[in-house]
Order: sequence, then structure tokens, then C-alpha cells
Amino acid sequence: MGHIEKLSRRAFVLGSAAIAGGIAFGAFGTAEAAATAGDNPLSAGLGPNSVTFNPWVEISPEKITLIAQHADIGQGVGSVQPIMIAEEMDLDPGQFDVRFAGPSPAYFNTGFADEFAPFVAADQSPAAEEARAKTLEWLRQAGLQMTGGSSSMPDTYEKLRVAGAVARETLKAAAAKRTGVALAELRTQSGHVILPNGTKIAYVDLSADAAKIPPVLDAKPRDPSTWRLLGKPMTRLDIRDKVMGELKFGIDLKADGMLYASVKLNPAKGQPLKSYNASKARTMPGVKKVLEIKNGVAVIATNSWYAMKAVDTVVCEWAPSAYPAEQADHWKVLESSFKPEFLGKEWKKTGDIDAGLKTGKLVEAEYRAPYVGHQPLEPLNGIGLVTDKGMEIWVGHQSPRFVQYVAATAIGLKPEQVTFHNQWTGGSFGHRLEYENVRVLAEIANQMKGTPIKLVFSREEDFLQDVPRQIAIARHRGSVENNKIVSADLALASTAPLKGLLERSGTPSKDPDGQLAAGLWNVYYDIPNFRGTSYEAQGLSPCTTWRSVGASTSGFFTESFIDELIHAAGLDPMKARIAMCTVPHYRKVLETVAEMSDWKGPLGNGRGRGVAFVESFGTPVAEVVEVSMTDRGIKIDKVWIAADVGKVMDPVNFENQVQGGVVWGLGHAINCELTYAKGAVQQTNYNHHEAMRIYQCPVIEVRGLENDPKVRGVGEPPVPPAAPALANAIFAATGKRIREMPFNKFIDFV
Amino acid sequence: MAALGPGLEPGDWAVWTANFEGRTNMFELTVNGTKHRVDVVPEMPLLWVLRDELGITSPKFGCGVAQCGACTVRIDGKAVRSCQAHIGEVAGKSVVTLEGLEKKEQNPVIQAWIEHQVPQCGYCQTGQIMQAISLLDRISNPTDDQINQVMSGNLCRCGTYPRIRAAIHAAAAKKVAEK
Repeated sequence: MGHIEKLSRRAFVLGSAAIAGGIAFGAFGTAEAAATAGDNPLSAGLGPNSVTFNPWVEISPEKITLIAQHADIGQGVGSVQPIMIAEEMDLDPGQFDVRFAGPSPAYFNTGFADEFAPFVAADQSPAAEEARAKTLEWLRQAGLQMTGGSSSMPDTYEKLRVAGAVARETLKAAAAKRTGVALAELRTQSGHVILPNGTKIAYVDLSADAAKIPPVLDAKPRDPSTWRLLGKPMTRLDIRDKVMGELKFGIDLKADGMLYASVKLNPAKGQPLKSYNASKARTMPGVKKVLEIKNGVAVIATNSWYAMKAVDTVVCEWAPSAYPAEQADHWKVLESSFKPEFLGKEWKKTGDIDAGLKTGKLVEAEYRAPYVGHQPLEPLNGIGLVTDKGMEIWVGHQSPRFVQYVAATAIGLKPEQVTFHNQWTGGSFGHRLEYENVRVLAEIANQMKGTPIKLVFSREEDFLQDVPRQIAIARHRGSVENNKIVSADLALASTAPLKGLLERSGTPSKDPDGQLAAGLWNVYYDIPNFRGTSYEAQGLSPCTTWRSVGASTSGFFTESFIDELIHAAGLDPMKARIAMCTVPHYRKVLETVAEMSDWKGPLGNGRGRGVAFVESFGTPVAEVVEVSMTDRGIKIDKVWIAADVGKVMDPVNFENQVQGGVVWGLGHAINCELTYAKGAVQQTNYNHHEAMRIYQCPVIEVRGLENDPKVRGVGEPPVPPAAPALANAIFAATGKRIREMPFNKFIDFV
Repeated sequence: MAALGPGLEPGDWAVWTANFEGRTNMFELTVNGTKHRVDVVPEMPLLWVLRDELGITSPKFGCGVAQCGACTVRIDGKAVRSCQAHIGEVAGKSVVTLEGLEKKEQNPVIQAWIEHQVPQCGYCQTGQIMQAISLLDRISNPTDDQINQVMSGNLCRCGTYPRIRAAIHAAAAKKVAEK
């Protein structure tokens, strides 16, 4: 468990400037390093006459296999990542198989360098880049393999193209050696090396030859202007199988001799089972066994439904929760966390904040964001088999190496004794970064040695065990004078989502949670006196990363409050933001959404528009929401959204992701919260936690910009501006300022 | 139809669990044109007969309480939430899942779903498609409001709703053009 220990000792950077070591930045270097045989996890499983040039390409005499580095949680990396390699290799869709990466430090995530280095994304100064280079080296040493933080594109944009170029040039070199034709006279097309006389040699026919020569490591990826596939509308490789109902998700798998399991776990998260009575469950049909596990009970049966119905009848006595039993007390803890002893960090301080606050008209407001669930539609599940040799586990997860660690730790194995097979997942939104199903499955399979066990959580159990999004209160102050914002003093108290996740991953950190800075300190407005401070509330519910993480709450607080200041200063919300924006290509994002929506100020007649701008994970996003008042409540009519990702790899999937982010952001802002009573979450199915259904979905117009010098992700960044843009629109339409999510506690929606 | 037992209503799990006696029965049903026999309790939802007994996995388990629509199949030509249809009621009827749609590749809804690249994670989409087919059977050229009304029982956590609307309109247009 090398990387785990390293992570623990070094602790996560999380915004701390203390990073040791240093290498030159560049994904080219990472591909070179990974191309050496010792680091390449594909080398071990290679068949006869086969070759692998790096951890992403494998060629046998029968087929070409490309590795999707990241977990596909619906964002489409299982398609676009192999296509990035295929672009360079001159392969066409259909000419290669795709496999998900297994656990290996070779798949460490270079894309986290930007998020973890203690500089805001817009800062691309030499000092910032040097810190990112050091962070990158640390990530490499840690071997941190994780899908998240909208990092899949930043991580792979260079290295997969280099990986493809290395494969292409090595295949050409092999063909040159075999035929005696000069390398410069060879070209590649559609899975073949082409000789000057038109003779074609298929890549698969070159695998044995290519294995005998060293890979051509200085191969350069092509200029984007020559792309055949990337940057153009493409058909995702998984679309057909998903539409035809043929794609197998983790929950659809079957193993010979498999039995089914379902669980009832202590709803006081993380606390043990005290006692139980399963006398009824044991008499029910299909039931094979009732097992006691650390924090609950499992029923093994011949059918998932038998297991769920039986486990439902088990009467359990639970240890009480470690956090307050009642929701009101969670809020009280937050209210009393704005104190020096709970200080996370003062992330940014410019000007003279105390003098600034005394200048002009003071504006103060408190905002709240509740716990929210992830609840992807495919419930937590997995198949596990424990034998004398170790454990094999089939589960869709975003952190392959941590799955090994968690499963192994649960049953006394070493991580390398756990063989992990990643699966297609029915959504995640952060859910499949947590481990409850993994840990429980390991315990069950260990008690059922030799029998493959398929664990499926009921929806109710999934809700009860869902580690929620952070809960937070913001107390923001600011001042305006002479139609200008003079000061903004942003302070929030919150639970720490990333810290919690890292602790459960076996890599605890004492540093302040950098996700609580997201949306709080990366505020790109020219406000002369500014301060951004986080406080970390203690003793509340465990929390974790939820699509867009810290910015999902801070973005709402900051952009609502900026709107309040703008209105207090008597300015137009759009024009003021554009005028105050200090980063030229971020300003362009705002100008674009102003142009798309034809923003001309107040609409009147019970209609209103709101705008919000948030940069998260390096991607600046501006959204305009238009609403109208009806006799049944607020109707969301239309959304315009612009995002700058440096390069749009697939315009179709880009639009789909962005629209989905808007739906996610709006839906949860309107009607979702998780509340605790007697230590358990009260919402246990979608009727209590509905988010957006199609009848509420507005028309969403999307535009992608390519001005950022770096390639950025787009899975999460559309989420943070959605809630504040909606709240600002409701204010414009009704004069009512909503400062707490979910909004339906304060106003009706159609 | 096999009896559920005295005083039992379909879907009333609490009552069922309280009165449970554990009798299984042999049921015969036709799925995608093939006859199957399963030995289960009459209360078992069709969803779990399909998935765990017969290995037919396009109907998905999402919520178990008819809140998400991911398990939608056709029973005697009607779109039904298979998590709420007990095998005791379904026995003898004809069930069609997405796997068994006739001329699937040519189905305008299937084609539109591929052309518009509706899925993201794709988990809800088999249910969305079965519901959309049912919608177009009843209303050949639905408005957005009619789409919203019929499709609102089908949850999509990824938020593909704009594409679902577009694909239904495209499928409707294609069906009209083919007539």
C-alpha cells in the first residue's frame, strides 16, 4: 500500500503552499515516464506476439485495445478518451476495443495539479505554474488515481494524444524495419501503415514486430487543426448500446453460482450494530442466510428482492449517532462555528477590509445550504468473491486504488490481493467516490467465501447511507458607495467535504479543506477591499464531494451576495459584472451570455432575469436564468449558458453535459434537502428528494468558448451558477430575495 | 391471476410483509415472445422476475416505488412500471422489454435516441424509451406540454430532458413521414 502511506505522511496539499520537490511541468514527461515497461500495468497481462507501448494502448495479433483512463459515470470519458488516442493512431471508431483502467499508479491524475496548487485558476503566473509543477510531482509519487474534480480532460488531453502518437510512430518504425522502406515514406490511415506503393499493413499484423523495438518516445501529437475526430460532433461509442438496452452496468452483471445480498445498516452513519432479531427474515422465501456485519445486517437470498424484503423485517438496535440526532442542532453547530477556534483559513485578503466596510452603505446577509443527496439512478451495488487467495470485486467506482485499500482493510487483506474490475455506472455525482458498498460487500463476501455475492442496496438504504453534500451557512458583509462596490467580506461555516472523503480513503489530512475556498476566494471582480474566510464546523454529519463540491454552496452564497451589492449600488447585474471582471477571457464569457440572452435590463410584467458567474475547477461559466410569475408559482422559462473550456472535444457531448449540469443545479436548488431526525436521514426515496423532472426543465441554450490557454473540464462547472442565477431572477421578477436552499420552502414553483 | 391472499392489495408491501407465509408458486409468462416458467412468490414484482430470475436487464431498478420509471416495460401493449406489477397479476400475459421490441433498429424512437445522443449515463434511458414509445402510440405528434405530462414520471438524474424532448419530436416526425 505504498501510495496510501505516502499520502498519509505528506498529507494532502489542499491549498497549503508547502510543497517540496520539483520537476518540469509537462504531460509529455508523464507519458515518457509511463512508457517504460516497469510502470506499465498492461505489460503483465500481455499475450504472445502482443505489444503495449504505454498504459493506454495494447495491440495483439487479434485486436487493438485502448484504455479509458477514467471511470465513466455518464460524462462520456469511456468514449472521448479512447478517441483521443485513436485520433493520433489514425484509428476509426469500431477498429478498437475499450477497457477501463485497472488500479495502477501509472494512471495517477495529473489534472489535480491545478486544483490542489494554492493559486486561483486564472492565475497562470510563473509562480503559480511552478507550484502546479510541484503538485504534479507529488501526485505522481502518490499515484493518486481518481476520477473527479472535472479533471478528466485536463488530465488526459496531452498524455493520451502523446500515447497515441507514440503508438503510431512505433508501428511505423516496426513497418520500416520489416519492409526496409524509409520511415519518412510511411504514413498511417485507418488502422494500417501504408507503404509508398499503396501496400497496407494492419496494426495488428505489426504487433509482434513492434514488441521487439523500443517505443518511439519522442513522438509528437498532431496540431489540433489537423484533427479528424476531435473537436467535431462525434457519436459517443456507448450511445448505441445504451439505447438498445445492451450495455451492462455493474448492477446487470451475473456470475456463475452467484447469490444475492441486501443490507440494513445503522442509519447513524458510521456507527455499529448493537443487537438484532432476524427470526422472521430467516423464515422468508429465497433466504439463504442472515449475516451480522460491522454496522448492520445482511440477508443472502436467491433473488435481490427476496433479500431486500427479508432484510427489511430485521429488527435492529443501533448505536446512537456521533453527530446531533436532530437537524435543528446541526444548524446550531454551524451558527456557532464562526469563531477563531474553527477557522479553516483566510483564503484571500486584499485592501483594507475593516476601513472598507465602514465606507458607504453596509449590506449584510446570511445564506444557507442544506445537506443534499447524490442518488444516481443506479443504486449502490457490486459483486464480490473472496477466496483463499484474496478478493475479486466488480463495481463501478471513481478511485480504483482506494477500492483495493478499503476492501482489503475491511477483511484483513493487502490491497494487492484485491482484484478490481471497474464497471459502467448509472451516474455518480460524487456518490461513487465513497465506499459504503465496497466495505460492506467485502465483509459479506468474506463470510460467504467461495460464493460470488451480488450486493444491491434498496433505494431507501442508499438514501440512508448516502454521505451528503456539505451543509453551510454564509455570513457575508459588504459596502457600496457612489455606484461602486467598495468591500466584500465573505465568511462561511461549513462541514469539510474533501477532508472527509480523504479520511475515509485512508489518507487523512490536517490542512484546511481547499474545497471550502472554491467559489469563495476565486472571485474575479475588481472589489478593492476583499476577504474570504472559511470556518470548519466540527461534529456534524460526514460529508463528501457532490457535483461541483465546494462551489455548489459557495457559488450560491457569493453570486447571490454580489447581486445584492450590485442592486444596492444601483447597477445593472450584467453590466456591473462585466465592468468589474478582471480576467479578460472570463469577461468574454459574461459578454457572450449577455449577447446570447440579449440582456437589456429589467423585463417587467412579472418576468425576471438573473445572471451568475462562477469559475470552478478552472472553467469559467456564466448563466442567465429567465423566470415568470404565474398563478401557480415561479416558472423557469429559459437558461442561457456560456463556458470556456479551452478546447471543446465533442460539441454534442459538451452540450449534453452542460445542459445536465444546469438541470442538476436548478433541480436541487428548488426542492432538495436531506434532514436528520433521530440520527437518520428523513428522505428515503425520490418523492422526498425529487430534483428536476422534465416538466420543470427550461429550454437551455449552450455555448462553448475556447479562449482559455488550458483545456478544462465541464462536468461540474455548469452547476454552481445555476442556483444563484435562479435566485437572482426570482428577485428580479418578484422583489423577493431567497437566501436559502431549497427555494421551495419560500416560494412555489410551477 | 393467482390470488395474493385475503385482504392484500398489489403494492402494499407493509401488509404483505406482515402477512407473509412464504408460499411460492409456478408462474408462466411470455417475455419477448418466449414462454418462461418461474417458481416464486406471487407478490414478486415483475422487475425482479425479469432481472434476477430470467436475466433480462434492460428494465432497471431505480426506486422500487414507481417514482423513477427506469423499470418501464410493456404488458399487453401498455407501458407499465414493472416494479409495481406482481408476477401473480402478470402471469399469462405478454411482456415486452426493450430487448424484445420488434424491428428495434428501425424503431423511430430508438433511431431518434441514437441520432440525438440522448443518454449520458444511460441508466434511465431504457425506461424513457419504453415510455416514449407508449406516448407516440397514443399521441402521434405531441406538444412539449404533452411530452412533459407523459414523461414526468421518468426521472433522469443526468438531466437529458432537453434531448428527450428533441428526440420525441424527431421520432414523431419520422413516424408521420413513414405513413
